[in-house]
Amino acid sequence: MSEASDNPLVEFRDVSFSHAGASASVISHLTFSVRQGETLVLLGKSGCGKTTTLKLINRLLLPSAGEVRVENKSTTEWDPIRLRRRAGYVIQEGGLFPHFTVASNVGLVPALERWEEMRIKKRVAELLSLVGLEPQEFADRYPGELSGGQRQRVGVARALAAEPPLLLLDEPFGALDPLTRASLQRQFAELTRRLNKTAVFVTHDVREALLLGSRIGLMHQGKLRLLETPEDFLKSKDEQALAYIETLTLAPAAVSTPEPSLMVGLPPGHSAEENA
Amino acid sequence: MTFWRFLQQNWPELLTLLRQHVWLVFVSTLIAVAIGIPTGILLTRKKSLRSPVLGIANVMQTIPSLALFGLLIPLRFVGGIGARTAIVALVLYSLLPIIRNTVTGILGVDPNVREAAVAMGMTGRQVLWQVELPLAMSVIVTGVRVAMVIAIGVTTIAAAVGAGGLGVYIFRGLRQYDNNLLLAGALPAALLALTADFGLGLVERHFSIERRRKAGATSGRRKFAAAATAAIVTAAITGIYLGSRDSRSPSSQAEAARVVVGSKDFTESAILGEIVAQMLEARGVAVGRNFELGGNLPHDALLAGKIDLYPEYTGTSYTAILKHAPITDPRAVYEQVKKEYAEKFNEVVSEPLGFENTFAILVRGAEARRLKLKTISDATPYARNWRAGFGQDFMSRADGYPGFAKAYGLKFAEQPREMDLSLTYIALSSGQVDLIAGNSTEGRIAALDLVQLEDDRHYFPPYEAVYLVRNDSLARVPALGEALAKLAHAISTEEMRQLNYEVDANKRSQAEVVREWLKRKGF
Repeated sequence: MSEASDNPLVEFRDVSFSHAGASASVISHLTFSVRQGETLVLLGKSGCGKTTTLKLINRLLLPSAGEVRVENKSTTEWDPIRLRRRAGYVIQEGGLFPHFTVASNVGLVPALERWEEMRIKKRVAELLSLVGLEPQEFADRYPGELSGGQRQRVGVARALAAEPPLLLLDEPFGALDPLTRASLQRQFAELTRRLNKTAVFVTHDVREALLLGSRIGLMHQGKLRLLETPEDFLKSKDEQALAYIETLTLAPAAVSTPEPSLMVGLPPGHSAEENA
Repeated sequence: MTFWRFLQQNWPELLTLLRQHVWLVFVSTLIAVAIGIPTGILLTRKKSLRSPVLGIANVMQTIPSLALFGLLIPLRFVGGIGARTAIVALVLYSLLPIIRNTVTGILGVDPNVREAAVAMGMTGRQVLWQVELPLAMSVIVTGVRVAMVIAIGVTTIAAAVGAGGLGVYIFRGLRQYDNNLLLAGALPAALLALTADFGLGLVERHFSIERRRKAGATSGRRKFAAAATAAIVTAAITGIYLGSRDSRSPSSQAEAARVVVGSKDFTESAILGEIVAQMLEARGVAVGRNFELGGNLPHDALLAGKIDLYPEYTGTSYTAILKHAPITDPRAVYEQVKKEYAEKFNEVVSEPLGFENTFAILVRGAEARRLKLKTISDATPYARNWRAGFGQDFMSRADGYPGFAKAYGLKFAEQPREMDLSLTYIALSSGQVDLIAGNSTEGRIAALDLVQLEDDRHYFPPYEAVYLVRNDSLARVPALGEALAKLAHAISTEEMRQLNYEVDANKRSQAEVVREWLKRKGF
């Protein structure tokens, strides 16, 4: 991370995307950049194009128009395999391989990169501890033997394994119960801060966006309506943003900007509901 | 004879057939896996190919096995008589379940998991080998399991094209109405199918992802995987080794032999084949036996040079092969057949062996005596209250049922039953049917108290027994000509009937019966 922090890691330049043969575009004229070390949250309803935006970054999709640049290189110029190994990817339920143990899942990209076995083992243990799973207890288990929260932790550990400069997360905590989700959100915020990771995080949950985002990009019908810090987002007069903020007032307990003190000092790991 | 004693006496032969069976199934399943899984993978990549290829594989499986064997026989490179044809047919049958399950298995992989694999930076090959195939494996193994169980069943029919296997006992048992033979063929085949089903079921369970959810299932699973794989590989290698080692397998034997004797799939034909075979062996000629070929297979096999000779009846050649309308003068039929075979097929017709085997219209003895029946014409008035049962051959051939019924103005109570020829005797004797068309030399005619009605309108053409021989075989093996010369006019109808009876009714081996007869004749 020696590069200057104003040098964007990911840059969208007037990007549009539509499916082959379809006339309607999924996203249109998207321009923004992701700075080193920040967590950019893309917030929006399902179908707004936020997942498509994410997939354009690691070249799961290629833009129909415009250019997506990662580390100052257009994704069309990247070897897709190399690009993807530099971008850790986490999806709902983690997308873990059910036939791999936890250790093999976490060690996947290092193994693909042909790290030595001992180094992989060490790294896996390190990562499992980092996400709050006791390596000795969990390394040899299969995903089917884990709770949803534990699977999600493994998914995050897997994405971090080969120390990628970038993390891409697609509603990683969407399928979890509220308590587990809250716990994982806090720990994730703490983790990215500590590791100074750059992340693009997709969610439809405004609380999650406020809690995790350095900046929040509000997407609607394939367009980026605004891109603000959480503080400025809450002050926004944008109609869509107001609708989201409205939902917060309906649940008074949740109305709060994230307090940094909440995120530090919490031991990562075993909340009661996860080990049930 | 009890089944147990039968097993004791025929143990070595049973083992040989079992080995052939296992070998055919293993080889064909291996080939089908080698073709089917890559094809299935391709179909998951090329959606446009999916329905045509699966459609073709589907059609393959709907072709009845006996018909498929028949269609393959005349083809070069894949057809012919013996193991090769059988394996080709078995592979065609096994493909569908393997291809279909490969496609279903791979397409059934959780899209999230596949997307994660791609997003982790796995190459297409890595996604296939490390994610899609392992996750699809239990479904694919189910396909292999289905294919193998089907193959074990279909292989019993492979005996019809001379490929050996347990079907030999089943066909022989049907022909000779021998339950021991039927059981000895069917029981091991069924056990084989159950074993394969169970064994592959274990493998399938091993690959099942569901099992991995159970805590504690992790340890010991590796050991099981190793053991199961080892067991299957061992079984496959053993099967192939035993199969290839088996010097009595018809195909390998045929290659080594200087003369291959064929025969049709009934006792008399096999006895006649055995007679020449033993005479040649006594003269120091290596002989291959390819007996029990169904339908027109012997003719095709002779033409193709797969066999050197086989016993035939002039009337059959005249009508079924040369497609002439039936005539009744034996000499004219013989001369015509001889002339046309030389011209058309470059094949030689031996001197007649001395007996005729014509269609014998048979009724129960008690019935014949009660109604004072001597000729077919005598029986015609009663026929409208009777049921008839005929072999498939008789129902379809030019000199068979349609012409016969017309010649005598016969009408039966219902459409005649079309069934296996050898079963018609039993059906008649037990009163299931009232009239059949048997063979005049059938050994059981007297034993079952059946009476042959005279063909008073001379409908049936003469069926003199002869050998059909390839011209080049005669030139190559002089002993063949000598043997055939000795057999000219050497077997009377009574003798043939006796030989048939010894094999069919007394359940003696044809080799032994023929040996005795040759000794008695001083050949």
